[in-house]
Amino acid sequence: MRGKAPPDPETLGLSSEDLTRMYRTMVLTRVLDRYLLRLQRMGKVALYAETIGEEAVGVGTGYALRPEDVLFPSYRELGAFLMRGVPVSEILDRMLNTVDDPLKGHEFAIFGDRRYNIVPAPTPVATQIPLAVGYAMASKVKGERIVVMTIFGDGATSKGDFHEGVNFASVHKPPVVFVCRNNQYAISTHVSKQTGSSTIAQKAVAYGLEGIRVDGNDVLAVYLTTRAVVERVRDGGAPVLIEALTYRLGAHTTSDDPKRYRTEEEVQRWAKLDPIERMRGYLIAKGVIDEERDVALRAEIEGLVAAEVERALQRPGLEPAVIFEDVYASPPWTLLEQAEELKELSGLQKVTKG
Amino acid sequence: MTVMTFAKAINDALRHEMKRDERVVVLGEDVGVNGGVFRCTEHLLMEFGPSRVIDTPLSESAIIGVAIGMAMNGLRPVAEIQFSDFIFGGFEQLVSNLAKIRYRNAGHYFAPVVVRAPVGGGVRGGMYHSQSPEAYFAHTAGLKVVIPSTPSDAKGLLISSIRDEDPVIFFEPKRLYHSLREDVPDGDYTVPLGKARLVREGDDVSVITYGATVYDALEAAERAAKEGVSVEVLDLRTIVPYDWEAISRSVRKTGRPVIAHEAQRTAGFGAEIAAMIAEREIYSLEAPVLRVTGYDTPFPLVHEHHYLPNPERILRAIRRSVAS
Repeated sequence: MRGKAPPDPETLGLSSEDLTRMYRTMVLTRVLDRYLLRLQRMGKVALYAETIGEEAVGVGTGYALRPEDVLFPSYRELGAFLMRGVPVSEILDRMLNTVDDPLKGHEFAIFGDRRYNIVPAPTPVATQIPLAVGYAMASKVKGERIVVMTIFGDGATSKGDFHEGVNFASVHKPPVVFVCRNNQYAISTHVSKQTGSSTIAQKAVAYGLEGIRVDGNDVLAVYLTTRAVVERVRDGGAPVLIEALTYRLGAHTTSDDPKRYRTEEEVQRWAKLDPIERMRGYLIAKGVIDEERDVALRAEIEGLVAAEVERALQRPGLEPAVIFEDVYASPPWTLLEQAEELKELSGLQKVTKG
Repeated sequence: MTVMTFAKAINDALRHEMKRDERVVVLGEDVGVNGGVFRCTEHLLMEFGPSRVIDTPLSESAIIGVAIGMAMNGLRPVAEIQFSDFIFGGFEQLVSNLAKIRYRNAGHYFAPVVVRAPVGGGVRGGMYHSQSPEAYFAHTAGLKVVIPSTPSDAKGLLISSIRDEDPVIFFEPKRLYHSLREDVPDGDYTVPLGKARLVREGDDVSVITYGATVYDALEAAERAAKEGVSVEVLDLRTIVPYDWEAISRSVRKTGRPVIAHEAQRTAGFGAEIAAMIAEREIYSLEAPVLRVTGYDTPFPLVHEHHYLPNPERILRAIRRSVAS
């Protein structure tokens, strides 16, 4: 788009509501992301994978889905969750493992809840990909008109689960959309050391599927591309692999120090392409918002997140007995006995069924 | 002797073997430029170059498979799997190839690969950064399984593993990486595989354990001593092959064995030890064989202290054993 004037929203078929919702959610994602990072530093959150600079991928793909569509994310999809309508409070309850944590403190995943059709992300990379294919195949069997989307990183494309899942989908053609969030780093490994292919998108070609590479720092490009693909797949089109090229401005997780393996110059180069700043520039240029409204919007979001963090920090935590829940639909005697032992040891209340 | 952390001792062992034997290569995710996520391979890339310190794509299956091929062709690869929780991506290569190469080829080809992986909980790591999967590998004929608990043992056992003619799965308790420091012998230092270490002598109860749980056992033993109970702590160090002689000696002495490990109870390695004691030392027993283990749940993110075989739980088993 550089060098020529960006098209008007009407030309793109976008309302100002579309634009402000996506922009607002990107800002919300950034603000919440920064809070989660601080909460990790305070020892309130065990580990966190930041999403700074990558908001357009989650928000653009999330906005392209309908509520009934199902998302199999990886661990950096905060933007998609917020875009799908998950309240900040519920994400904080999850991350702080309060008594209202929908995933009961069992695992890290930033979020997951069947009510929102979001499957909690697994930590082992790429393992969700064949699951998404299977979920989509079942929806075909059941005659549902839903689309299943799975999002994964560039590192995931080195794993068998990616190739095996995409290959399977290329044979059976269920309604699944593969989205690669190519943020160019798998911890310290640059994508150029991850694959000999010049793009991730081209990997689709070998499986007889379409691959599309999109500017992952342009939320409108991500949204428009994904929406077109999602609707085509919903209408019976073959699966598609979308590669959203972005950049991991932050560390891999709070355990990582990127200064060990990349230069500050490189980071600064990409910081200039900040997707939120780009969208803000576009909205102001097109008169959708003005500076004053933008300042007010940011202040409102800061206030909202700060208040939710305050609230969540006051919530009680989970009881130890929760660790015995959900191992099986009904616990075998071995587990009941062990739960009793823990109860005796810690003077806990009754173990409830999962 | 040099004071080292556990992670530093691993680093020292790798450097020592790479200097001594040019067949030794290191491969894995983030092991080169980044020096490993736990810093175990720090500076090795600078010292030995990219043909011997290999940053790999994100694929546990290929890391292990490629290491096997290298070993078949004469190298001594040390593959790093970033967390033992991710080793399952390479399970097929480990179980179907690595463990069976020598047998399947009747010795024509063999694969002396070391697979290093951080293991265990206690770092708020949740389900996929905390597991103790050693029993899967102990159950696979053809693999040796080593789990050191001190910096010196980490160095000595890793060097022995690299020099071993057979594949070794080398599990490093991650909560010890940077929390422990001790004098580690300089230069060439080996600890034989298959030999346990008597960490603490005692007369009344034997706690048989390995890995990071050794420290929980020692704390429990300390507290038991205050109650007048003398506890022996045996660190197996290697679980395949394990030191039956050391176990039987201790059981004959105390008659009261307590087995402790982080991995879950059902079909955990403690079951193997308990079965052997039942088969061969049942007449030495003064009390039932007891186990203190992780519960039969996936490793939980919250309340991991309760899940782990903490000193309180081990002490409780010691008391129960003495009361029997």
